[in-house]
Amino acid sequence: MIRVILPSQLEDYTDRLREVELDLPMSDGGEATLADVIAALESRFRGLAFRIIDEQGNIRRHIAIFVGESMVRTLQAPVRENARVQIVGALSGG
Amino acid sequence: MARHLILVGTRKGAWIVEGNGDRSTWTIKGPMHLGAVVSHYVADPRRSGYQLMSVGSGHLGPSVFISRDTGATWTEAQKPPAFAAVPGAEPGAPGRSVDHVFWLTPGHASEPDVWYAGTSPQGLFKSLDGGNTWQEVEGFNHHPDCFQWRGGDKDGTPDGPKLHSVIVDHSDKKHLLVGMSGGGIFESMDEGATWKPLNKGVAMDFYPPKEDGSEYEFGHDPHCLVMHPVHSNRLYHQNHCGLYALDRSKGERWQRIGDNLPKDVGDIGFPIVLHPRDPDTAWVFPMDGSGQWPRTCPGGRPAVFHTQDGGASFERQDQGFPREQAWWTVKRQCLAVDNEKAVGVYLGTTGGQLWVSRDEGLHWEAITVNLPQIYSVEVVTLP
Repeated sequence: MIRVILPSQLEDYTDRLREVELDLPMSDGGEATLADVIAALESRFRGLAFRIIDEQGNIRRHIAIFVGESMVRTLQAPVRENARVQIVGALSGG
Repeated sequence: MARHLILVGTRKGAWIVEGNGDRSTWTIKGPMHLGAVVSHYVADPRRSGYQLMSVGSGHLGPSVFISRDTGATWTEAQKPPAFAAVPGAEPGAPGRSVDHVFWLTPGHASEPDVWYAGTSPQGLFKSLDGGNTWQEVEGFNHHPDCFQWRGGDKDGTPDGPKLHSVIVDHSDKKHLLVGMSGGGIFESMDEGATWKPLNKGVAMDFYPPKEDGSEYEFGHDPHCLVMHPVHSNRLYHQNHCGLYALDRSKGERWQRIGDNLPKDVGDIGFPIVLHPRDPDTAWVFPMDGSGQWPRTCPGGRPAVFHTQDGGASFERQDQGFPREQAWWTVKRQCLAVDNEKAVGVYLGTTGGQLWVSRDEGLHWEAITVNLPQIYSVEVVTLP
């Protein structure tokens, strides 16, 4: 099970949910990838993925994603069973 | 007299301002999409109540929202404008990505489901289903010279390079025009399959002169391009390097009509709007393009300038505006007209003020002064 913490900016897409739990298939080594997490979120909340990942597969500039306490910038980042993934609207603008 | 709605897009959401029959009192409704950047908010002239809005967020990227009930409810486009992924590239590889949808234009009257969108960085997109799904106009976005025309995606103005002023000729649905800041004006006669520049006669002061004395074909910086809604051979455009007019019945070379504006005001600015029936009548809002390019009213004294002879002369129109110490300006989508006998002229400012003139610019009144920075103003005549 992966626990995903969602930012307020995505509330319109998540029916106001700020936290979800996902059951993902894991590799033999007990890993999935961040791309698997995003795909699972998209299947549950249509339209969400394009709000955090652009058309070239990059995490949007003002979105930060943490796996555990490490910020990751690639969808290939490994996500282990029982990991905590937090999506954050980065501090920006005015 | 018909009633009018003013659709106002701002840096922090959108509002509808509804007028009474004589345009003397106005009711403000909103906000919609509070907190989002609304670059353009446009009504469909082909379908009553149908509206499109460019909604952007610093965090969540670009999108387009659709209303079928005059802004009461909104649904998000299923497939917003997006550049194609580079074939064969790994996810996350470098490639073009839409930062914001800057411009929305309804298609030809004979094609009620067609819309066009211009983006930052510069891209042209088309929807065949009322704005729900968008495809690249490949003849433009993938033209082999496209990067030569406009430079790279990082070569833009401070808030990003933009494709704007998407025009569908009312007399020929295959005839399209676009403006690029920077890049210049381009034209297609085959619905976007092929394109050619339309910049002859336009200054490009920010580039060195060509050694052979010839003109640059492209790379210019048009800020706003308009085609007269009846006389499609009459074009005007406000450029980074002056104010221009083109009468295609007389030739294909732009004439700098801005030389006829007062020298202490200059002919730099962003918006231009035309009279709905008279192709010789236009309004512009010059800004201070000197020195550091403050992009404010020249001298802190706001004024619209009005021509009724195709730009041969201009009249200053400032009755009702502050007389001094007003340092706002008007962006390119923020000057609009209605189609009444005495044409109403409307403008929205970088200071969040919405102004109206009921007498073709002679006198101005503030409708509201407390909106966020205004990014677009469109006027809808109610049936």
